[in-house]
Amino acid sequence: MAPDIPNLRRDFPTLAQIVNGHPLVYLDNAATTQKPQPVLDALNHYYRDTNANVHRASHALSGQATRAFEAARGKVARFINAPAPEQVIWTRGTTEAINLVAYSFGMHHLQAGDEIVLSTLEHHANIVPWQQVAAATGAVIRVIPLTADADLDLDAAARLICSRTRLLAVGQVSNALGVINPVKQLIAMAKAVGAVVLIDGAQAVGHMPVDVQSLDCDFYVFSGHKMFAPTGIGVLYGKREWLEKMPPWQTGGEMIKSVSFEHTTFGELPFKFEAGTPNIAGAIALGAAVDYLSGLDRAALARHEHKLLQQLLTGLAAMPDVQVIGRPQAGSVSFTIDEVHPQDLATLLDMQGIAVRTGHHCAMPLMQALGLDQGTIRASVAFYNTEQDIAALLAGIHKAREFF
Amino acid sequence: MHPFGTTLTDTDIRTLFEAAHGWEARYKELIKLAKQLPPLATEHRIEANAIHGCESQAWLVSVQDKEGIWQFHCDSDARIVKGLMAVVLAALSNKTTEQIQAFDMDAYFAELQLLSHLSPSRGNGLRAVVDSIKQSCK
Repeated sequence: MAPDIPNLRRDFPTLAQIVNGHPLVYLDNAATTQKPQPVLDALNHYYRDTNANVHRASHALSGQATRAFEAARGKVARFINAPAPEQVIWTRGTTEAINLVAYSFGMHHLQAGDEIVLSTLEHHANIVPWQQVAAATGAVIRVIPLTADADLDLDAAARLICSRTRLLAVGQVSNALGVINPVKQLIAMAKAVGAVVLIDGAQAVGHMPVDVQSLDCDFYVFSGHKMFAPTGIGVLYGKREWLEKMPPWQTGGEMIKSVSFEHTTFGELPFKFEAGTPNIAGAIALGAAVDYLSGLDRAALARHEHKLLQQLLTGLAAMPDVQVIGRPQAGSVSFTIDEVHPQDLATLLDMQGIAVRTGHHCAMPLMQALGLDQGTIRASVAFYNTEQDIAALLAGIHKAREFF
Repeated sequence: MHPFGTTLTDTDIRTLFEAAHGWEARYKELIKLAKQLPPLATEHRIEANAIHGCESQAWLVSVQDKEGIWQFHCDSDARIVKGLMAVVLAALSNKTTEQIQAFDMDAYFAELQLLSHLSPSRGNGLRAVVDSIKQSCK
């Protein structure tokens, strides 16, 4: 059955507003998604009725907060099919989760001559931490190139991933181009040579079901705010063997078993990676976002999103001066227009109440590889977008082109 | 040389925008102004003149003559940004330090209904251009 999008939109108060005199058309979902009422309620409820620190005191509020906080961990674990809740580590977001792995795994387990395989499509968050690891350990970064269609070149990947490869870190869905990467094949290649795999799922979790056990990756990372939860909360999933072996990254309160000035014993999973007071409200609200999504027919929502992307791609294909970059399959569509700077187009769309993103999308190496000095215009959908949103964008582009 | 600050002053810009009704007319005006600002020579499009915090590439060149008059020249590869820069140059170029420091840029942009572009969060580098000009002639 087709999802009742107008009804679902009513769950997202932000969507119902006028921007620059026009009803908001929000197509910047790859940057961050809007939040449904149950997520807002969870945040509000925590601060209004529960607010207490977790895992600390023996008073009633702390108990409530701790139960809600750990229940959220369980919800997220089920959402990605992690074997156990303690394999879900709360972080500030994808970036912090990758940094955690880079510093705790990379700095300790990589050495000179080891190779880290990344891809041309990566977000800076999945490049820069590994450069730090490479600089400190002498490991070498190898990059999977693109085919002429801007897909990852699997043949080249098969040649790059070899006995020297210690780590493969790739995104599941490209934030810049909306390409779904063949992560299953890449993971199989990495496993065949005994390499560890990190999958950046930031752009996947909001669009498709994720099963970390079926993927068989060692680490999976994502941000709450790209799946209808608040900013400042994210997840590192890891295989137990690695999480137990890896030393803590940040240290302090919450993560210890015992401390004296002579010696500190670190706590068990997941707490040894969660120094300091965590983002309790954020974690609980991420749990609420998981509940919200789990109550929807996600396959139907994915079909709806796919229809929107096809509508957009068909509309753009009818404009001879527009070039779509690569083969978008989930979330984002990146394009350029001859003789129109992306930033100019975005300004003229904004005046029509249409929110898109322009620039390099935190993927400068990708833009260089594609020869896109000015970056691209990126429209990115969520399930709450409508055919009218896409029609408004296409009409908005048409109007903007008349200015030049 | 460009006309901004000499034959096209902030008064002229205010008149132009007063006659421009609706956002479409204002942005068409900006694009026309961008066309009147000649491109910066390649030797000036260098890192030392680059304006950062900008989604487009942008440059600013500042020169003060013997009489203490400042001449500014800007360029951007985005046309609306370049038009906005022309609006700034109309107000600040060919002026003394005192005149530049005394100029109320926010009031000027508010009058032109372009104030949102001056926001540092906007990513167009315009606030950086204004700050850089005010900084260079302190």
